[in-house]
Amino acid sequence: MIAKKRSAEACFSTSARSSTFLPNAVPVMPPIILAQIAPSQTQLPFFAQRVPAGFPSPAADHLEKQISLDELFDIRAPHVYLVKIEGESMMGAGIYDGDLVIVDRSREAQHGDIVIAGLNGEPVCKRLHRRDRQVILQSENKAYPARHILEGDEMVVWGVVRYSVRDHAYV
Amino acid sequence: MKWWCGESCATACVIMPTSKQVFALVDCNSFYASCERVFRPDLAKTPIVVLSNNDGCVIARSYDAKPFVKMGAPYFQIKDMLRREGIVAFSSNYALYGQISERVMTIIESMVAGSEVYSIDEIFCDLTGRREDLTTLGRSIRDRVLRCTGIPVGVGIAHTKTLAKLANHTAKRLQAQTGGVVDICDPYKRDWVLRNTAVGEVWGVGRRLNAHLEAMGIQSAMDLAKADKTMIGRKFSVVLERTARELAGVSCMELDEPDPPKQEICCSRMFGKRMSEIGPIKEAVATYTARAAEKLRAQGSVCKKMRVSVRTGMFNPDEAKYANGVVIELPYPTNDTRLMTNAATQAVDHIFRLGYRYSKAEVMLLDLRQPGEYTSDLFALTQPHTSDQLMSVMDSINSRWGRGTLRTATVPTTPEWAMRRDLMSQSYTTRIDQLWKAKCN
Repeated sequence: MIAKKRSAEACFSTSARSSTFLPNAVPVMPPIILAQIAPSQTQLPFFAQRVPAGFPSPAADHLEKQISLDELFDIRAPHVYLVKIEGESMMGAGIYDGDLVIVDRSREAQHGDIVIAGLNGEPVCKRLHRRDRQVILQSENKAYPARHILEGDEMVVWGVVRYSVRDHAYV
Repeated sequence: MKWWCGESCATACVIMPTSKQVFALVDCNSFYASCERVFRPDLAKTPIVVLSNNDGCVIARSYDAKPFVKMGAPYFQIKDMLRREGIVAFSSNYALYGQISERVMTIIESMVAGSEVYSIDEIFCDLTGRREDLTTLGRSIRDRVLRCTGIPVGVGIAHTKTLAKLANHTAKRLQAQTGGVVDICDPYKRDWVLRNTAVGEVWGVGRRLNAHLEAMGIQSAMDLAKADKTMIGRKFSVVLERTARELAGVSCMELDEPDPPKQEICCSRMFGKRMSEIGPIKEAVATYTARAAEKLRAQGSVCKKMRVSVRTGMFNPDEAKYANGVVIELPYPTNDTRLMTNAATQAVDHIFRLGYRYSKAEVMLLDLRQPGEYTSDLFALTQPHTSDQLMSVMDSINSRWGRGTLRTATVPTTPEWAMRRDLMSQSYTTRIDQLWKAKCN
């Protein structure tokens, strides 16, 4: 209450003398310290973006985020892995020696999927054929025969190949 | 005061919780060894051990290696036995373990409402209010993590964190019967587990406490759950009292908030070999300082003091022993690697004595603060803005191109004192030049 009263007085007294407060002028009276301004409840919006002085960009309302290969290939997902290919048996599927494949471990491998599999402890990349109680790891290259999984074999599907990446500078 | 404690309903109001809290603890089985198996299908049935830094002793064993190898066994003593038994040893590959841990945690976090990562291989989850069968939910967590990462996990479910931990322990112990998932929300099952678990297996009961409790006739977890809680609190500690209450089914621990910034940061490592000259020791101290400063900046703090210490081996009776350390006061609270390296290497001059064979150095950052927090004196020096800018550029270069890409000249690329890690696996998931290779032949 008291503060309010004093501030009103203070306001009044400065405004009454405001004509003497010219720039660079020596004040005649010592300055009077005003009471602190009470915070307002009204919030003013703050625009961090720079506002061009000219015509506003007609695209501003239509900006979309940029295309990201990380997102397309989902390579930050916890179930996605990068694997390097060695050998030429999958050339027919467009996977060449030295290519990088993007492997999804969350998918159940289906008949016809290209998979990374552990065949008797060795990691291989093949097309999975699973029909009529037969499991075959097929190559996509005539020079490489299909590999039938027989009783003594141990085969685990590690993940399903989704995409492959090649550096064409070396081809 | 809570809204329902108002005077008007003080007599009649009994608030029933809509559903009791439910916690799950998911824990990776032999985590380090399991990580080593992910990219090595050839080792699926081979027992594995993982060694500590410098290949000193065994710090992790796969399930099938446990009967042959004791935890902490020195590698040089068991080397021949490992070869005889066909057990494969690995140096610890923390880059790999950390990355796989992150994958496991991300998958679990996506399946539950709330969670708290408790360690590199354990996470508490909030399953309160879930309507589905909890054992089925536990199994789907287990299956999903196994399929997406290759890491087997166990799941313990209960009404308190301590009981969840116990349920998890049971899941591991009775792997074959439980399939790795145990839900003891049911009081009958809970009591069975409590009766059939020794008190020493309870979370937070160490060997010494165990001996004390057994002397008092508290043998099983059930005995502790039934004990007089106030007496436990008086005789031991509030921590054990809380444990006893939690065993009895009263939840006293929530999922924790993230840790507050650390008050001390330490980087210490054994050298790969003994060193008797000052030059390489300075290099090592500079390297540890750079690492500690990185950690300091990562938590957004500055430090005013550092402690640098060196020591010789302490156990070889034929060697002269020496250990010394010095605390340095920095001119202002800082996280500038250059200033800190300068101070730390000068400190080595003070504590280094010729004629000893040193085995270890340590750099510790003390008196940690948040920048701007410290204003004892208006005119006190503060870290110049250009330092902040330089450090942030350095950190972003190193995070993009790999640790140590940009460093002070004192830090060597291939130090002679580097940790021995002769048996290290590849960094399959973090280094593009070390990716896993699949054959097309």
